[in-house]
Order: sequence, then structure tokens, then C-alpha cells
Amino acid sequence: MKATIARILKYCRAYWGYLILTVLCTFIGISLSLIVPVMIGKAVDYAVGANQVDFAGLGKIALLLGSMILVSSLFQFLESLFINKLAFGTVKDLRSELTEKLEEMPVSYIDGNARGDMMARVISDIEIVSDGLLQGFAQLFTGIVTILGTLIFMLTINVKITVIVVLMTPLSLLAAAKITALSHNAFQRQSKLRGDIGGFTEELVGSQKLVKAFAYEERAEKRFSVMNQELAEAGLKATFFSSLSNPTTRFVNGLIYAAVGTVGALGAIGALPWVGTMTVGSLASFLAFSNQYTKPFNEISGVVAELQNAVSCAQRVFEVLDTPSEPDDSQCEVMHSCQGELECKDVSFSYLPEKPLIQHFSMKAQPGQKIAIVGPTGCGKSTIINLLLRFYEIQDGEILIDGRSTRTFTRDSLRNQFGMVLQETWIFTGTVAENIGYGKPGASREEIMQAAKAAHAHGFIKRLPNGYDTVISDISGLSQGQKQLLCIARIMLTNPPMLILDEATSSIDLRTEHRIQRAFETLMQGKTSFVIAHRLSTIQNANLILVMRDGNIIEQGSHDELIQKDGFYADLYQSQFAG
Amino acid sequence: MQKLLKFLKPYQLELIIAPIFKLLEAIFELFVPVIMAKIIDNGIANQDANYIFRMCGLIVIMGICGLCFALTCQYFAARCAFRYGADLRKALYEHMNQLSETEIDKFGTSTLINRITNDVTASQSGVNMFVRLATRAPFLIIGAIVMVLTIDAELALIFLMIAPIVGFLLYFVMHRTIPLYAKNQKKLDIIARHTGENLDGIRVIRAFSRQKQEVQKFQDECADLERSMIAVGKISAVLNPLTFMIMNLGIVAVLWFGGMHVDTGRLSQGDLMAFTNYMTQILLAMVVLANLIVILTKAQASSLRVAEILETPSSMQNGTELPEVPDSGEILSFRDVSFSYAGAGDKALEHISFTLQKGQTLGIIGGTGSGKSTLAGLISRSYDATEGEICIFGKNIKNYQLKALHRKIGTVPQKAVLFTGTVRENLQFADEHISDADMWQAVEIAQADFVNTLQYGLDTHLVQGGRNLSGGQKQRLTIARALAGKPDVLILDDSMSALDYATDARLRNALHTQCDGMTKIIISQRATSLMTADWILVLDDGICVGQGTHESLMQTCDIYQEIYHSQMQSGGKKS
Repeated sequence: MKATIARILKYCRAYWGYLILTVLCTFIGISLSLIVPVMIGKAVDYAVGANQVDFAGLGKIALLLGSMILVSSLFQFLESLFINKLAFGTVKDLRSELTEKLEEMPVSYIDGNARGDMMARVISDIEIVSDGLLQGFAQLFTGIVTILGTLIFMLTINVKITVIVVLMTPLSLLAAAKITALSHNAFQRQSKLRGDIGGFTEELVGSQKLVKAFAYEERAEKRFSVMNQELAEAGLKATFFSSLSNPTTRFVNGLIYAAVGTVGALGAIGALPWVGTMTVGSLASFLAFSNQYTKPFNEISGVVAELQNAVSCAQRVFEVLDTPSEPDDSQCEVMHSCQGELECKDVSFSYLPEKPLIQHFSMKAQPGQKIAIVGPTGCGKSTIINLLLRFYEIQDGEILIDGRSTRTFTRDSLRNQFGMVLQETWIFTGTVAENIGYGKPGASREEIMQAAKAAHAHGFIKRLPNGYDTVISDISGLSQGQKQLLCIARIMLTNPPMLILDEATSSIDLRTEHRIQRAFETLMQGKTSFVIAHRLSTIQNANLILVMRDGNIIEQGSHDELIQKDGFYADLYQSQFAG
Repeated sequence: MQKLLKFLKPYQLELIIAPIFKLLEAIFELFVPVIMAKIIDNGIANQDANYIFRMCGLIVIMGICGLCFALTCQYFAARCAFRYGADLRKALYEHMNQLSETEIDKFGTSTLINRITNDVTASQSGVNMFVRLATRAPFLIIGAIVMVLTIDAELALIFLMIAPIVGFLLYFVMHRTIPLYAKNQKKLDIIARHTGENLDGIRVIRAFSRQKQEVQKFQDECADLERSMIAVGKISAVLNPLTFMIMNLGIVAVLWFGGMHVDTGRLSQGDLMAFTNYMTQILLAMVVLANLIVILTKAQASSLRVAEILETPSSMQNGTELPEVPDSGEILSFRDVSFSYAGAGDKALEHISFTLQKGQTLGIIGGTGSGKSTLAGLISRSYDATEGEICIFGKNIKNYQLKALHRKIGTVPQKAVLFTGTVRENLQFADEHISDADMWQAVEIAQADFVNTLQYGLDTHLVQGGRNLSGGQKQRLTIARALAGKPDVLILDDSMSALDYATDARLRNALHTQCDGMTKIIISQRATSLMTADWILVLDDGICVGQGTHESLMQTCDIYQEIYHSQMQSGGKKS
């Protein structure tokens, strides 16, 4: 916990000026505001009774008081401004660093972590760090200044009554701690149940059609009802326990108030000689101080809980920041272009060491050749992409491009040699032109339109409300096929020497499918291409067919060779026309 | 809020008790400064130690009573709010289950989810806050005003001048900041969306080596968020110091003018002190009141959103009869059926007619948007035909009880959705009493034998709706889920798209041989998947452009031929 806090403070360092200013302003603002009750007490002392009011003294005090109030509010205002700068600046830096990390992390890390979890770290965890830690610190600091300040002021008025107040403090702390502990558990249970019920509704209301189709309504309502009941009870407990804190601390404060009142008043009439003398005014300000003194204790227990929460969120953020990035390769050579000759030499790879996948795989593709990858669903075709583009590193053997190991080049320049169109299209929120021009920053509109025309996407783009300037996103109204055409246009624009293509299977209407097919053919001319193939025409024309099953490449060869071999491929091929 | 009042009705008792106790607490709280003033005026002035003891004892007793009152109030307030929330949530959920697809489409599922979670919670905390604070804050304000008026009416004018200023300040700050906070949230949403897109597109981004630009974009977005957060911060930073300033300057004025009144003997020293105390109390209560107004406005908006759903009636008329499946003969017939979606101008389906006998397989083929899924929706009565008549099991589909009808029909949706839980729980979705033997049989027909290889078999837990399965595995499980319920009619809505040809063929073969009493409706984009069907409908843009067997369509239907040839190409010759 300490290490995490220290690390967060390191992020604040860029704003140390604001930090110092915040501390300074809090100190001035709070101390002045603490003197206010003293002054009020003094003022009351000047108005003893009829014809006994010292207007000169009262006027002086009023003026002084007024100016102190003005200065104090000014500094309180400045404090808020500075803490804002400090907090929001720190959060911006932290979030920027985290998103930057996102672009440097190995793909395996992203694959291995749930998307929702990563999102939570970037968005809500950092928000909690901002709210909890920085504003928590501010509150903590205000609280400490208040406690120390009121103590000093109380001591200047009356040492002995102050001792009484201090002795009664643990009562307040104890009450607050007890309540926090009680409500903490209840709150945890409540948020868990709320998460459960949220997940349940999200899942079932999200698939309402299925629920109806299977007549599952009653059972769903039963399950819902049980969770709902539990949530209500847990929520009732949590809210009740947490709402105890206000009245209870008010009560404890009331006790302290009464004690101070009794002792002070008795002191004022001289009934308690050990108390010393006390005026009515000083009693008034003492009462005001004792009230202010107890308040922060109440808040601090809340702050501690918030701090703990913030620290655990910060830890989650740092965890990501601490994962090793892809190794630095800036010393490697930059590949500017290539012929497109690709060779795998005795390549072995597995995601998990205990589960060997690709073993001693070798193949060679001449420039311009077409390699088809076939196999049943889920056979691990994406592994090929991962290895060729070095999203994952092979464990043994070598992948050579134009006879040179891909390891000798920078990853970025290697990846630039490949164009990739997958069935899981990637469209980001932006205009059509931005999406097409993604791989070639600064491409002219003319170039983008040429690429779109070559990809047979120009027609439908023209019909969009704002043509090339229509803002689209992954969830916008484009069909799967249209999205794929845009991704093809993206590659048309960059025109890399090697391709990885994923042929359309279904869920695409006929005309679009034709267009995609024609676009692929245009794209593949003269390029080394790896095609995840679903159609026979592609497979039969391929120079080499890689047959995959369960993540492994089990057969390779030309169509005729593989049919003759009468292995898995032959089986697969024959079954296509079986009724 | 008014529309949901009936949900508060069972909790009338709590609704009365809680505010009463709160009021009692507030009354006691109000008297503490008076007693302290009395201690100063009587106890100290008369040097009466006994009086001081008694009065302080009174403060303690009042404190204890106040605590008890407060706790009673909090308990009843929370009880009322949470039970109200639970009732509302339950009613809402059950109402959602009553709604037909038409209404669900209209609202959209994300809206519905939001309303059942966030809006109900907001409405619930609105009730809680209202019960707890709606009496206390106004009462404290009014009570304190009465108190200051009785102490010194003239001096109270100072407060009457300050209060509107503070009120206006609170209003101004909230009025200005609330929309800005919403704007900040939007900016945060942009970062969230961008993050999501980056996680999804990590391979594409790296393939184009655009990491630097993405980082730049993130940094711009973060800086933009920072700027607007600081801008809101500036406005809200005004609030506390300014309230502090106005309040205390008011007290200074009270001291000065109060001093004058003390001088003339109208006011005692103790009264002056009590007066300053009341000032503080009033202004604090105003801050609470302002917050309360914000919470209630939010709760009001949420309540309206909840009420909107509850007031939407289902457009689907439920029938009364139970379906009886004939042993043979006609199972399903469409007679000149047309359909258009609510609010849409064009017809999604036009003049569709066909009949299907028990055990037959109907194939439906056509491009995206040709109306295939709509047709499936009509068979399971997700929607009602706008024209024409649909008969199933010998009677008009509208005669049947919806749930009973749904139990007879097994549906496999286009999108392979599984639910969190075990494989078993998913397969028992149609009926919790489905036996293991039936499940295994369904698994076998659906070619989902991979279930055997899962670590815990049927009891394997599916993470997040089956994220730990491949697309093809999920699809096969959804097919098994529909089969496990032993439906009389099975609808496969393009639900074999993630299967390779071989698995697809094996599945169709198993359906054919092992489910001969089952009437099957297979929607597909692949001609090969439908070739063996007893009857094929070719849809194009909502119109049936051809129907018949594969052989007859190859003779008569141009579109069917086009589809067939484009998919077979050279490979077709070999078959």
C-alpha cells in the first residue's frame, strides 16, 4: 500500500508547484476560518447587556472578522482550483501513460485479458484514483489542519477543558470505525448483488427474444425475484448502517458539546476553580471549536475507506503499466520493401508450453504465389497470422522473407509488408475516408477514392448520407460485407507486397460477396497471399494448401497431391457435396 | 414520480413513521442552542451551578432521544425505499417479459437494461432521500426562522436578505455545472470507446504501425477531458467558499446590529449567541436542501423513464388454446401472408404462401435483408402478420397461448448466444427437467461432441456467455439447446454459418435421420445446406421469387441458379 501511494505521489511530482500551493492555501484558508468563531466569541463579549456594548471594540472586531472571512474564502477558492489542477493533471498523465502502454504491450497480453477488465482499468479505475486518492488527500489534509488548529485554539482558551475534549475523542473515532466496518461489509455485499442482478438482466433482457422463444419467462422471473429480494435486504442493511454515522457522530458531538458546556459554564461562575476563569464569549468560541474539532474525525474514517479503494484501483493500473512491453527493436533494420518470398524453416510454436501446437513446420512460398489455408472451424488459422506478423514470437526455427530472418527487422516495418483483411473487420469511429486512409496518413481524397473504387466500395459509399465524410463506427448501419469492402480498400491504398485474407463465408449477401471476391482477385495480383479459404475455386487454384486441424498444420501440398494422399483434406473435400 | 406512487402504497406506515421521527429529531436539535443560551443567561448570570447541571443533563437526554429518533427514521426510510425499489424492479422485469418484440425493438435492449438497473436505483434512492430529508431540511429552515423571528424580528431581516442570495448561488452553480458534468461524461465515453476500439483492433493497428498516432489521439482526448474537468472545477470551486463568505458576513452583520439591540436592551447576550447559531444552522440546511433538489430531479427523471415502460401495453394478444400436434399431415401453412415492421413503410414480406407437412424440411434462402429472419419470427409468433393467415398445428397461430406455443417450437437464432452458467443449465433452457440422456442425444445430433472433451462435461462453466468457446462450438451448442427441448418444429435461422461444410453436412444428416417427426425450417445463405430440403423458398427483397424442390428450382428460378452456381463454381463439376 505504501509503495503504491508513493508511486502515485511520483505522478503528482509534475505538479509539485500546485501541491505546495494547495497545502499553503489549505493552511491559510482553514486557519483563518478557524479563528472566525474566536472572533465571534470576542464580539459577543463586547455586547454584555443593555448600555454595556463597546461599539468601538465591536466595530474593530467586525472589520477584522470581515476581512478575515474574505481572505479565508479567497484561499479556500484558490485551494480548490489548485487541487483541481493537481488531481486532473495527474489523472491525465496516468491515463495517457496507460493508453500509451496499450499500444506497446505484447498482443498476447491483450488476448489473455478480458476486454471489459482492460476497459475498466483505463476508465473507472483511474476515475476512482482521481476521486478517492487526490480528493481524499485534500480532505485528509483539511481534516488534519482543522484538528490541529482547533486544538491550538482550544488550548489558548482553556487547557483543561481541551483535555476533556481530547479524552472524549476516541469515543467519536470508535463510533465511526464501528459503523464503517459494519457498513463496509454490507456495501460489499450490496455491490456484489447489484453486479449479479445487472449481469442477469443484461444477459436475459439482452436476449429477450430467446427467453420468449424458449418460454423461459417464468423461470427467469423466479431467479430474478430471488436476487431482487436479496438485493433489497442487503441494500437496506448497507444504507441503514451507513446512515447511522451521521446521527451517531452528531450524538457524540452533542455529548462533547454538553460536557464542554457544563464545565465551561461552571468555570465561568467560578464553581470549578481548577478550570480557571472563562468569559461567556470564550465559552461560545470554545463550543464552536469543539464542534469543528470533532467533525474531521467523522470524515476521516470515510476518507480512509476511500483511500483504500483508490489504492487498490491504482494497483490495478500499475499492474498493467508494469507488464513488459514488446522488446525494443529500434536497433533492428527497417524493411522498406520486399519481393515477397516467404519461407518457414522448422518452425515450432505453442501458446502454452505444456500444449505443443505447431511443430517443425516448414514451407516455402515464391513471390506472387497463393497459399490457401483450410480446415474446420476453430482449427487455429489465426495462429498463422500471429506468427507471420510476429504478434507472437516463434519458439524455434526461423521465418525468412527474401531469405532473411524476420527477427532482423523491426516489427513495425515487417508488419508493413503485409496487408490483412479478416472476417472480424475493424472499423473505428471516424469518417469513411479516415477509415480507408488509416494505413496511409496524408493520403489524398483522390487516392482514397481510387482505392475504394478498386475495392468495389465506391458505389455504396457514394450512397451514404455524407459520402466519404459519413461518420461510421463498428456498430453503425454498415453491413458485414460493406465493412469488409472498406477493409479491403484500406489495403488497396497501402498496396503491401504480401497479403493475408480471410474469405467471406456467409451472412453476406450475394452481390457483396461477388464484389469481395472480385476485389480480392484484384488485390492478389502479383502478391504473395495467404488466403483462409472457404471456396473451392480458391483452394484449387492455390499453389500450396495448408490443412489445419486443432491448431496444428497437419497436411500440406497442392490440391491434387492432397487428394491423392487421401488424408484429412480429401475427406474434407469429399464431404462438401455429401447430402 | 406520481405514476409510481402505487408502488409506495404498501409502505404507507413507513412513509408516515419515518418523517415523524425525523421531525422529532429536528425539533430536539433546534432546542439545543436555546438551552445553551439559557445556561449562559440564567446559569452563568445567576451563578447557579445546579441549573447548569440540569440543563446540560437535558442536552444529553435530548441527544439520546434524538439519536433514537434518527435511527428509527433511517430504518423506516431505508425499509420503505428498498422494498419499493424491489417491488418496482420486479414489476418492471415481469412487464418486460410481457412485452412483444415490437415494443422491445422500439425501446432497444440497452434502454431496457438501463431502466431496470440504474433508473430503478435512482428512483429508490430518491424515495430514501425524500423520506429522510424532505421533512428535516425545510423544517430546520422554517423552525430556525421562527426562532430567530421570536428572538428579534428586526435582526431576522438580515437573514431574510441573505437566504435568497445563497439560494440563488446554489441554483446558479448547479444550473451551470450539471450540463457540464454531462459533457465531461461524454468525453470520458469517447476515451472508453477509443480504448475499446484499440483493444479490438490491436492487430490492425500494429499491422499498419499506427501506434504513435493512436497514442497521440489518446493524449489529445485525455488533455481535452482534463481541460473541461478543470473548467467545471472552476465553477464548483466557487460554491463552498462563497457560501462560507456570505454566511459569515451575515453573522458579522448580526453581531453589529445585534450589538446595537443588546445596547438598547432588546436582546440579551445569550440571545445574540443563539442567533448566530441559528444562522449557521439555516444555511447548512439550505445546502442540504439544494442537494436534495438535485437528487430528486434526477430521481424524477428516472421514475418517468420507468413509468414509461410500465405504461406500454403489449401489442401481442395472447390466445387461450393449447397447441395439439397432429400425428401426420399439415403442420404449418402461410396463406398470402404479408408483414411490415411497426413504423416502417415498406413491407418486409409480401404475399407469402406455402404449406409444410409433418417431418418435412423447409429451406429458406436469400440475401441479407431479404426477409428470411422475419419469416422465422412470424412462425414463432414474435410478430403478427399484417395481412393473411398463418396456421400451425391445424389452427390459426393467434389462438394459442404464447408460452405453450413457444414450448412446441425450438429456435436457433442467427447470433449464437449462450448464457452464463454450466453447459447443462444452457441445455435445460427450454425445461429444467430435461434428462442427461436427452441432452447427450441433442449434443450428438448437433455435432457438439466437443462437450465430451470439456473438463467437466455438462457441468463445465461457460464464461461470459461462452467466451471460452469458439464461434462454431457456440453455434453447435445453441442447436443442441433447441433440440434438447424436443420441439415439434425446429427453426435454424442461418445458424450454421460458422460451421465448415463437413460439419454442416453431418449435422443435416443427423437431423434427417434422427429427428424424422420434427418439422424443420432451415434458413441459410448456402445452397448446399438446403439442396436436400423437401421444399425451398427463395426470397428476394421480401418477395418469394421461387419455391419448390432443388431440382425444380434449378429449372425455373434464375436467382436460385445464380446463387447455386456462384457457390459451386468449378467445384460443382466434381460432385
